[in-house]
Amino acid sequence: MMARYPGRFGGHVYIAEVGREASVRRGGRVAGNVLALGTVSLITDVSAEMVTAVLPLYLVLAVGLSPLQFGVLDGLYFGVTALVRLGGGWLADRGRRRKLVAGIGYALSALAKPALLLAGGSAAGLGAAVAADRVGKGLRSAPRDALIAASGRPESLGRAFGVHRAMDAVGAFCGPLVAFAVLWAAPGAYDAVFVVSGCVAVFGVLVFAAAVRDRREEAVRPRARASWRSDRRVWAACACAALLGLVTISDAFVYLMLQERLGLAAHWFPLLPLGTAGAFLLLAVPFGRLADRRGRVGVFLGGHLALLAVYALLAGPVSGTALLVAVLALHGVFYAATDGVLMALAGPLLAEESRAGGLAVLQTAQALGRFASSVLVGLLWTVWSREAALWAAAGGLVVAVAVSAALLTRRVTA
Amino acid sequence: MRNLALIVAGVLLAAVAAGYVLVRRGAVDPAPPRPSAPTTLSGGLWHVDERTGRVAVERGGGRTVTGVACERFAAAAGTAVCLRVENHGMPRLDAVILDRGLREVRRVPLAGPPSRARVSPGGRMAAWTVFVSGHDYASIDFSTRTSILDTRTGAYLPDLEKLNYPRELRARDLNVWGVTFAADENRFYATAATGGRTHLIEGDVARRTARPLRSNVECPSLSPDGRRIAFKKATGHVDRPWRVHVLDLRTMRETPLAEPESVDDQLAWLDDRTVAYERAGSVWSLPADGSGTPRRLIGGASSPQVLPPAEAGSPAGGG
Repeated sequence: MMARYPGRFGGHVYIAEVGREASVRRGGRVAGNVLALGTVSLITDVSAEMVTAVLPLYLVLAVGLSPLQFGVLDGLYFGVTALVRLGGGWLADRGRRRKLVAGIGYALSALAKPALLLAGGSAAGLGAAVAADRVGKGLRSAPRDALIAASGRPESLGRAFGVHRAMDAVGAFCGPLVAFAVLWAAPGAYDAVFVVSGCVAVFGVLVFAAAVRDRREEAVRPRARASWRSDRRVWAACACAALLGLVTISDAFVYLMLQERLGLAAHWFPLLPLGTAGAFLLLAVPFGRLADRRGRVGVFLGGHLALLAVYALLAGPVSGTALLVAVLALHGVFYAATDGVLMALAGPLLAEESRAGGLAVLQTAQALGRFASSVLVGLLWTVWSREAALWAAAGGLVVAVAVSAALLTRRVTA
Repeated sequence: MRNLALIVAGVLLAAVAAGYVLVRRGAVDPAPPRPSAPTTLSGGLWHVDERTGRVAVERGGGRTVTGVACERFAAAAGTAVCLRVENHGMPRLDAVILDRGLREVRRVPLAGPPSRARVSPGGRMAAWTVFVSGHDYASIDFSTRTSILDTRTGAYLPDLEKLNYPRELRARDLNVWGVTFAADENRFYATAATGGRTHLIEGDVARRTARPLRSNVECPSLSPDGRRIAFKKATGHVDRPWRVHVLDLRTMRETPLAEPESVDDQLAWLDDRTVAYERAGSVWSLPADGSGTPRRLIGGASSPQVLPPAEAGSPAGGG
């Protein structure tokens, strides 16, 4: 399963070579730059998820920290990440430094891994290391997606983003397994997990530097600076992303509701995201291709119907294994049909020279909506009940999809 | 050229990673130490020996290390609860209930790294708190989960957030931690937090209810006479977040104890006049009335508690 995507597109994925292919293989194949970026994301996600898998154990058992001390920083993190994302997009467009800005983002996250170890028992130091990791993630995502959008032909962008997201999900899937393998070799040595994670991350940065190309030739080509800032279609897409984000129940709440419904023992909780990731990695490419052939708006909105089905299942009478499998599969369908497809949908609307900034605004709008959603859903769940929160979100989702359909079909596909 | 450089760098990084893992593998204690004496819950100062990560008892100036590995340990009246983390591959976290002979009688999986453990004075109820993460969007987000097990009937309350609380504590962000039991084996005290404030709560296991008594009380520990609660109080200072206090439950008067340093532990009562706690890798004792100074009891230890010699139920417990 792990080697499937690289094997399927072009037979080999020797990253050093794919950069060269970027300008050549554009026809039926996935652009080399997309495979290179996918490979970097895969490697980086292995590194990140390794740390995620053991960080709570490390903080509590090895450092002896009371993790509740972290609580204060929560809201701040969200604001900082949003600002960094917008700043990263803007910087990447200026002088077309997309590769540089994304590279700094990857490097920052790589440095955060040894910093976790060096921070020792200092809560402030550990907080700073985790913050650096997040800042790096915020910094790189918009320039990276702009590079993907620039690397493929406009008519196959859905597939390009699908390939990238599938490879990303493979990394997320493998990270915990690598961490457990390290712990198997050296029981209890969380520091070894961080060191290995750091090495993996550094390799990801090197692959990024060596294999990813920022197409510079177009920079000198004179063209009218048609900025997206005056383009109503872009703002319509941002409004839809925010609106749909507002009625998207966060992953954590979906898993919590599933856990409650099934009476699942708490130690299974960390395995639930692997179900979503599994469906996501299998379906990201097929849905990307479908979006290219049948229209991205349709697939994007259709993906939200899968989310609607998730809500209905969580509020409905079905239980047991059927509920577990159906919810995780549909949750994966939702991501496969929306995550990369939204970028593929917006990419062609944005002029090359301001694309990273535009994508950053779009991603921030979506994140803002989801942040508000997690607050609202939490509130509804507390004040009323799980079912009430689900039905409210479902009602909101129906309205949001209808509004988005009107906005997007009129403005974006017209 | 670029390919070659990447391959060389990849091989070097793999070598660094593999080398580090091998070095750490060598540093890991290969085999558990053999118990140096019969291991029953007999009288003495019980604790977790930090060097071996195993339960040990100190008496007459000597330390007896058992074969029982725990991160946190609590015992009373012939029942012990051991919060265990096994790290060979995918981490396994369990609350293990042990009998008087430290034999495993029950095992409950934990949702996250262990924080606190307690057994009721009569040995019937066991409670533990763990940290869980990943419940929220856009935050590092750790919260606690506290469970109570009736070791006699097997009745299990997996999440104390699901008790019946009065309105002011009914919140999605409710967190409960640090249970301490009363002598009737049913009533308990704990910390409940919501909206950034902590509250001392008094709960009833049989009725599944709890109500707040007072704010800014964490990790309560009820005295043997049931009249006072030793706890850590948040100071608001970043470098010294908690001061240990004792609360008189009748007058609701707080007394700060004579420990100037911050303590992050659930205190234990050695008797009605003395408390003990772990700080900086050692176990300390302190008068419970605010007088005196901290006295270092033993080094390299955590999870302290004293079991009276009377609890040595079997002849093997002597020594």
